Amino acid sequence: MSNSSSGNVGIVIVSHSPKIAEGAADMVRQMVGNAVPLAWTGGDIEGGLGTNVAGILEAIETAWSPAGVAILVDLGGAETNSEMAVEMLPEDRRGRVVVCNAPVVEGAVIAATESSGGSSLIAVKRSAEEFYA
Amino acid sequence: MSFDRATRDKLVRALAATVIAHADELTSLDQAIGDGDHGLNMKRGFEAVLATLPGLADKSTPEMLKSIGMTLVMKVGGASGPLVGTFFMELGKALPEAPSRADLIAATDKAIEAVKARGRSDAGQKTLLDVLVPVQAVFAAGGDSRAIAVEAAEAAERTTPMLAIRGRASFLGERSIGHMDPGSRSASLLIGAAAETLEIKAGS
Repeated sequence: MSNSSSGNVGIVIVSHSPKIAEGAADMVRQMVGNAVPLAWTGGDIEGGLGTNVAGILEAIETAWSPAGVAILVDLGGAETNSEMAVEMLPEDRRGRVVVCNAPVVEGAVIAATESSGGSSLIAVKRSAEEFYA
Repeated sequence: MSFDRATRDKLVRALAATVIAHADELTSLDQAIGDGDHGLNMKRGFEAVLATLPGLADKSTPEMLKSIGMTLVMKVGGASGPLVGTFFMELGKALPEAPSRADLIAATDKAIEAVKARGRSDAGQKTLLDVLVPVQAVFAAGGDSRAIAVEAAEAAERTTPMLAIRGRASFLGERSIGHMDPGSRSASLLIGAAAETLEIKAGS
């Protein structure tokens, strides 16, 4: 996990595989350095393939920015668990976290690049979703 | 229908017992058309729920259901954790402490709507909603425990020839046809255990 004190939109990467999540985060770091708050999470609570709500909540906390957090996910359960995690956030944060409908690796890199320029959460989400639409 | 402490305790144990006893079967079903983790995930979730007894049964019925839902959300993982967890949480939110049959029907309606919203799905897509929705129709029409349990089992069977449109099995397209949906099977097991424990009588 890594963080940044910038006010840019934070990026959270959620994959069933911790290796994919970590690898995608490495690629983001290579592209944008420390300009965006970034966190990744992957695996079920026993370390097997899967996703878990507690891990996602923790990643959102790590990547938290007043500008909001964009989450990139891989397969179905990652999306459902991420949406569940967003609903469980305190009310003042809930509206500032979005799940992007984009491929996890490409979406994370594009979202982070957009965020590093100081774009809003809406713009970050739109960039990730439009690039491969 | 009684929801006293003994019934609450019995209900939790019955739900957990059926999931744990059928974990291997759920895993086999999920290996056919999913990622093979459904049995293990659900077992882990319900073992975690069991671990919160006896305190869990000391809670009021609504609080107990919310607690079960939260445990499942946090422990099950996969897509089923949030889906099954949401069902229990919303059921708990909508129920009064001593629910009548009408209260239970109304609360179950809300819980099913919440599952639809969580999964952005509806009946007909080869998911647990293909059990929840028809079972709810039997319950709302006055069905007793037996009618409810029978409908749950049959509804799960009816997912076998269905084409998966939502969930991991949808990646398989037509190859999802011919296998029972694992989420429907686990939902039917839970409903069967609940119906037996609660001894629901026929009524309007």
